[in-house]
Amino acid sequence: MKALIETIVTQLVDYPDDIVVTETEEDAKVVYHLTVNQNDVGKVIGKNGRIAKAIRTVVYAAKSDTNKRIYLDIM
Amino acid sequence: MREITASGQTVEEAVQSALEQLDTTRDHVDVEVIDEGKKGLLGVFGSKRAFVKVTTVKNQIEEAQNFLRDVTGKMNVEADVTTTVSENHITFDLAGDKIAVLIGKRGQTLNAIQYLVHLVLNKDGTQYYTVTVDAEGYRGRRKDTLESLAHKMADKALSLNKTVALEPMPAFERKIIHSVLQTNEQVSTHSDGVDPHRHVVIEP
Repeated sequence: MKALIETIVTQLVDYPDDIVVTETEEDAKVVYHLTVNQNDVGKVIGKNGRIAKAIRTVVYAAKSDTNKRIYLDIM
Repeated sequence: MREITASGQTVEEAVQSALEQLDTTRDHVDVEVIDEGKKGLLGVFGSKRAFVKVTTVKNQIEEAQNFLRDVTGKMNVEADVTTTVSENHITFDLAGDKIAVLIGKRGQTLNAIQYLVHLVLNKDGTQYYTVTVDAEGYRGRRKDTLESLAHKMADKALSLNKTVALEPMPAFERKIIHSVLQTNEQVSTHSDGVDPHRHVVIEP
């Protein structure tokens, strides 16, 4: 799951080395927190959050190993 | 993008040496000949080595295709990608067992993938492309569904004599509805709302 997020985001940003994805497991959900370089913020959010929405759609569609809900937090 | 200069006995040898240093193939580079070199007398006297400047160029289509493969792979869906290029439009066709995962409800996952592929493809390329990502003929089936929906909703608008609003759709799906009802002179269509909630409205 973490690899999927990284694969997508790496291709979108200008500074792929600054991508950080952290994973926090809570009772009923797994939260992935994504941070990118300050200059790349717009590239992962997009106009009206269009890119962020597309990333989330793809990530949520991927089957997770656990049965927990997945949540993607950007910035 | 990387750039190096290399030399060799002939232009061909110089290019080969550059490709080895860059660890790439001929399709991925631009070659500029700086000096063609000279054979010289008996290959010894007055011979000049050939110099070339080799620049790696990104193959946008290949990058996008690899991206699509990576993403579907990481989603644990095995899918074959077939790429068709016609001028500025590229179609990636996905085929595989668990393809339903990639399509999602009303194609929302497929549309999200298509949008991301579009972004990757046009990120820093020179050429602008439009992209369609299709999966097991989904786009064709969806088109048929939308066409029959359009006719049904036009009939509904006429029989109720009221405007009928459809559910929100992406631009290329709205276009299908508009073009189908273009020939129907009893109704007119327009789109209302702001993306991502923009939807077709049919008026009697």
